[in-house]
Amino acid sequence: MAQTPLRVNVYLTFVSVLGAVLAAVAALRMPPHYWQYVIPLAILLVAADSGLGVVGIRGGAAVFLAVTGPIAMATILLVPAVGVPLVTMWAGVWGRIGWRRRFMNMGMIAIMGAASAWTYSALGGQLLTDSGVAFSPSHVLLPFLAAALVSEAVNGLLVVCYIGLIESVSPLRVWYGSMAQSALPMLVYSAFGLMLGVTWSFVGPVSAILVLAPLFVSRWIFAEFALRQEAYERTMQSLIKAVETKDYYTRGHSERVAKASVMIGRRSGMREDRVTTLRYAGMLHDVGKLGVPTEVLQASGKLTDDQYEAIQLHPVRGREITKDLEFLGEAIEAIHLHHERIDGRGYPLGLKGAEIPEFARIIAVADAFDSMTTTRSYRGARSVEDAVDELRRCKGSQFDPVMVEALVDSVQSDGWELVDTSTPPEGATPSQAIDEDDPTVASRLGIVVPMAVPRDASEIFDRGVDTDRGGRS
Amino acid sequence: MSNQRELRAAGPLNVAAGIAVVASVASVVQWGVPQLGVAAAFLGFIALGEILRISLPNGRQAAPLAAAGALAYALLPSFGDQQVSISIGLAVSVVTLGSAVGSFPRALVGRGMNLEELSRRALITLFTAAIFRPLLPWLAPDGTNPDWKLALVMVAAAVLAAVVDALLAAAVRASQSHRPLRAAIVDEFRALIGIASAITATGVLIALASSKIGYYALPIFAVPLMLTQFSFRRYATIDATYLQTIQSLSKVTEVGGYTEKGHSTRVARLAVMVAREMGVSERDLDDLRYAALMHDIGQLSLPQPIVGGTTTLLPYYEQKRIADLGADVIEQAGLEHAALIVRRQADPYRPYRGSLDDTLPMGSRIIKVCNAYDDFVGASSEIDRMQSAVERLELSVDRDYDPVVVDTLSRIVERQVDYAY
Repeated sequence: MAQTPLRVNVYLTFVSVLGAVLAAVAALRMPPHYWQYVIPLAILLVAADSGLGVVGIRGGAAVFLAVTGPIAMATILLVPAVGVPLVTMWAGVWGRIGWRRRFMNMGMIAIMGAASAWTYSALGGQLLTDSGVAFSPSHVLLPFLAAALVSEAVNGLLVVCYIGLIESVSPLRVWYGSMAQSALPMLVYSAFGLMLGVTWSFVGPVSAILVLAPLFVSRWIFAEFALRQEAYERTMQSLIKAVETKDYYTRGHSERVAKASVMIGRRSGMREDRVTTLRYAGMLHDVGKLGVPTEVLQASGKLTDDQYEAIQLHPVRGREITKDLEFLGEAIEAIHLHHERIDGRGYPLGLKGAEIPEFARIIAVADAFDSMTTTRSYRGARSVEDAVDELRRCKGSQFDPVMVEALVDSVQSDGWELVDTSTPPEGATPSQAIDEDDPTVASRLGIVVPMAVPRDASEIFDRGVDTDRGGRS
Repeated sequence: MSNQRELRAAGPLNVAAGIAVVASVASVVQWGVPQLGVAAAFLGFIALGEILRISLPNGRQAAPLAAAGALAYALLPSFGDQQVSISIGLAVSVVTLGSAVGSFPRALVGRGMNLEELSRRALITLFTAAIFRPLLPWLAPDGTNPDWKLALVMVAAAVLAAVVDALLAAAVRASQSHRPLRAAIVDEFRALIGIASAITATGVLIALASSKIGYYALPIFAVPLMLTQFSFRRYATIDATYLQTIQSLSKVTEVGGYTEKGHSTRVARLAVMVAREMGVSERDLDDLRYAALMHDIGQLSLPQPIVGGTTTLLPYYEQKRIADLGADVIEQAGLEHAALIVRRQADPYRPYRGSLDDTLPMGSRIIKVCNAYDDFVGASSEIDRMQSAVERLELSVDRDYDPVVVDTLSRIVERQVDYAY
């Protein structure tokens, strides 16, 4: 911790000392009969904090819902404001952190507890443990919600100041972001806290078991969910690997096409959920090759017409394989149509220009780019510059110019890592087959490709004209 | 066939529930509803919970909020510091009416009412109220001021009710699906332990809390269960997606012309049927289903498709090689158990002049039999073909095939033949 700036140290000390003062005042000034609530609540907090957090998932990202939150919130319903810090501080006792960080955490939580408890009593909130107090919206529910809000705000503020001091970013900005994120968990916390407080006030610690049981079940299911998701990602990967075992030279190809497609998608300002689907499309674009006999994929030398036809079937087969996977959405058509060309000379349908879905146009560019920059048995890898030139030469005829430029921009600003696939390991079957993704091989296969870019093609394919209008096909 | 069986299985349950409901409603008509507002609030809560029902990961359905509401009403000691009098008949009537009202929208959109579940809920409410309500005056004279002792008794009653509920559900399932009762009971406990504990806890909490704070308890205390419901829903979604992915993977061999169309799906369906009837646990059923769907995936590494796509007639070492190649792919997918099943799918039940091999997984034996059966029969539903396929399998029983598996399969085929006549 040698390089910790002074201001951070000052902050750490300030928070820790303030927390300690609050706890000391609580121990001295709190009416003694509240110890019967303080002690079991503190024990429960320590137990709950020992790694029994709840992992929640929202929008694909993991959110940490600690069980300690509701217990701390329940405390303000049971213990007078002066005593609350004495309970809540125990929520920060665990964790593999140094003593200074630990004291800071405990201090922070003590401050949060005090702030929310004073809010509660200032707004007329009454303690459920006092005799004759009944639950009512104006004396319990509303002050409690306000207290929850304050607790969350103070928490955000304290954390953000710390981050701001370390990383020198505007604390307000971070604070706003974190508040917006925690709105939902906060409501859930509050409900749990209210439940725990209410039931604790008449049945005592037994209530903790009842309130926390559903929370633990949720936690367990979320964990199972995470496992499943992982298993599921692995299965996807194995699908891709299965394709690549068929042909050594295409190893890693799917991953790289996915990467290049994502670069194009991001560059053209695509929404993040569509980018995810685009990544799937890139990873699975050649899955139909699984349906092509290995013999053909690994055939040496020039392909016969039949073999070439068999290979050309792979986009159609890819669609057949993936068509029931609902989550793939747009990706299915991209898999189906990634060998279409802007000028209508592609396969399987011979679509033109904007008739080809956006994803398919992206995959086509990414596919060709990776195929050119990796080694094939019949030629070495080209440099990125050569590949870029080739893409530019074919834009408007084979490729969507917008996508080509998006990839070129992105590669020029972020770079592109070249891979060497030139030396197959022992035992791998070196493929002699000519890669039909490679735009430079078409002429070798005896298919006539017009080299000149038709002027109108590039006009048709200007950005403003194609996808956004929608009515073009 | 299945409809008849279902009716026969759930019959006694529905009849018992019907009698209970009629008697309950009659008693309510006779004596009236003492606290109409409370009854209406719980009825609405149960109805709403019934509308918000969810699918559990293993294909079961549940309405956790409705179940918790029903439990809470049966256990309710008092309401908002006021005494309540809830007879057993009133509890059963409110719960049944609430569930029926909540099922109505689903019935309207043609998704049907789950009569068996409604019957079960009515009977369980009867059970819970019958064991708890007589104890109430003894534990808390006027029902107000519940303490921890009352709370513990309520928890005990709720847990007992949950156990009885699971046993009833298992009995119905076992008689519906040729599943051995013991296996069905294990299934039910494994599948429901999570959601049932959340339901039990929430039901007891709602009962306790509303005895103090009245109506506010219902919305506030429903929150934790909503969170649980949400997590289950997420899980069920990813589970379905996962199965879809495996199914797509299994189609790869068909698309490539390696196997006959629908082969892996049929083998998987048959294998699961056989395994269910043999009492294989539900967790192992999933692995078996995955393995059966992907059992031919090793063929992808063959340079050319086998003529006709049937592996059963290949020499043993060829079958073994395909099995190994497929198992490697499945292992990479992280499905170790399924991979092991696929790896050993070609192994004979009793090696030539050898003794039985204990390490041969049950799943492999089942797939070997079902794969051979489907190779002989295919998509055909001709009775002669089905019967002669079974006879062919019986010729090699105890050598290539596990006798128990073949027996079970032959029973299933027999039933299908009976049904056809």
